[in-house]
Amino acid sequence: MAEILVSSDRSLCVEFGREISEEINGEVRAFYEAAAAAGIEGVEELLPTYRSVTVIYDPAVVSYMRLKREIENLLGRLTTAERREAALVRIPVLYGGDCGPDLAYVAKLHGLTEEEVVKIHSAPKYLIYMMGFLPGFCYLGGLDERIAAPRLETPRVKIPAGSVGIAGTQTGMYPLESPGGWQLIGRTPLKLYDPHRENPIRMEAGMRLEFYPVTREEYERIRRSEYPEEYPEGGDKA
Amino acid sequence: MISFIKSGLFTTVQDLGRTGYQRFGMPVSGAMDTHAARLANILVGNRQGEGVLECTFAGPSIRFETANFFALAGGDFGALLNGEPVAANCARYASAGDVLELPAAVTGARAYIAFAGGLDIKPVMGSVSTTVKTGVGGLEGRALKAGDTLRFRAPKEELPLYEERVAPKKALPEYSSSPVVHFTYGPQADMFSEAGKLAFVHSRYTLGVKSDRMGFRFDGPAVSYKEGADGNIISDGIVSGAIQVPGGKPIVMMAERQTTGGYAKIGAVIAADMPVVAQLKPGDTVRFCPVSVAGAQSWLKRQNAVLDGLEARWNYETQY
Repeated sequence: MAEILVSSDRSLCVEFGREISEEINGEVRAFYEAAAAAGIEGVEELLPTYRSVTVIYDPAVVSYMRLKREIENLLGRLTTAERREAALVRIPVLYGGDCGPDLAYVAKLHGLTEEEVVKIHSAPKYLIYMMGFLPGFCYLGGLDERIAAPRLETPRVKIPAGSVGIAGTQTGMYPLESPGGWQLIGRTPLKLYDPHRENPIRMEAGMRLEFYPVTREEYERIRRSEYPEEYPEGGDKA
Repeated sequence: MISFIKSGLFTTVQDLGRTGYQRFGMPVSGAMDTHAARLANILVGNRQGEGVLECTFAGPSIRFETANFFALAGGDFGALLNGEPVAANCARYASAGDVLELPAAVTGARAYIAFAGGLDIKPVMGSVSTTVKTGVGGLEGRALKAGDTLRFRAPKEELPLYEERVAPKKALPEYSSSPVVHFTYGPQADMFSEAGKLAFVHSRYTLGVKSDRMGFRFDGPAVSYKEGADGNIISDGIVSGAIQVPGGKPIVMMAERQTTGGYAKIGAVIAADMPVVAQLKPGDTVRFCPVSVAGAQSWLKRQNAVLDGLEARWNYETQY
């Protein structure tokens, strides 16, 4: 049963559980979608996570008690049946080589070939549990433990934007250049986060995400349309 | 237009934050002391959420290439206009060629400068707030440098009711270097031991140097967890003022905080007290005092009523 907790004097937290599970996350999604659609007066923003939704509101417009009641009504009307089929976002990845300097390590760690690691990594339709840490950063669930790998002992100072990596039992992508300790197995040519785009971030929590391997040519072709500034007119990227 | 002769320690363009994108991991950012930003804007006839300059500890020196009205609010930086002291918390005027300097914080930590008609900066995702970590907003997503210029969007030659535009005392927060900071309990208050909670509300906590726009770290007696709890939670949403407690030490989450986090939160500083927190410098001490949500909200209502009242009185032309 969902609990409604005070988060601050301008927010409450609707908590569905205290663990990571697809079932709990499903309840988070159902409530988030219902609340977003309901457009409760005074609600400024909704922030869904693994297992809760923080509701940020303006107390001048809606009181705590009234908002709590509205949320309880919403929760009561939720049905876990007939949920929309989650949208699937497909992410092209150039695996290995200079885009995935740690692919060989991950393969060796598990006595697999690099091709096998790529096959295992690109098989699942990962659930996007939530986004956080950086704009566009997805917390994905469902990494096959056959390719889990510990973080680097010495993190890299600079990881290129679009890098796809593994850290422990987690896999994900860096939307921005950042330092980090992930094992890098590939890179996507997609611009995951562009604040000037009409749709700054193309995916959201609740969607499913699938990686698919591409050749270097396809990688360059996609990258040219995503990052035109890197391909000056008439020239090809060196 | 203004040009920067000196940048100051960390000067950025901020408004009231980039809202609507937290579920994508986008930090809200915005002015740390929203009260001062709003007041400065009201004083020069702007809407409350117009972009302003946020100055930190040591402020910039700027030249007015174009004449305009301006207002200072927040911490007292000993501001000088052409070498002469210039008052804060009231509308002021600078002629073309005038130089405004904010040498260093005398009291408080952050000063705000609003310019009549606002700054001519294209909003990104609905806001001009700068988030340096992701390189978005303000001027090229970074702090201002000597040599930078910023254009005014609509500089004014006249400001109606100019003489009256002085903030009354009730419009100024009770900034202090040893304030009582009020908070509401939750959502993981039940993870803390009785001894921990008692320590939290009875001790003084000192602001540490490792504090910035993301969060303020406090030193003091450990806020201990209950038997069996280790202070980690499955990541939860983090709101402005949330008090995370990793390893027993409270951190108040500020404007540029990450949107989610995995440490137990004892509660959150009330919105009405965030301006006071934003003006703390390392070494300042606070005492945390719990209040009810209703109490916190009535304080906020009163604070907002004062600002809205000034806006109605002076800026009725911008009301519709």
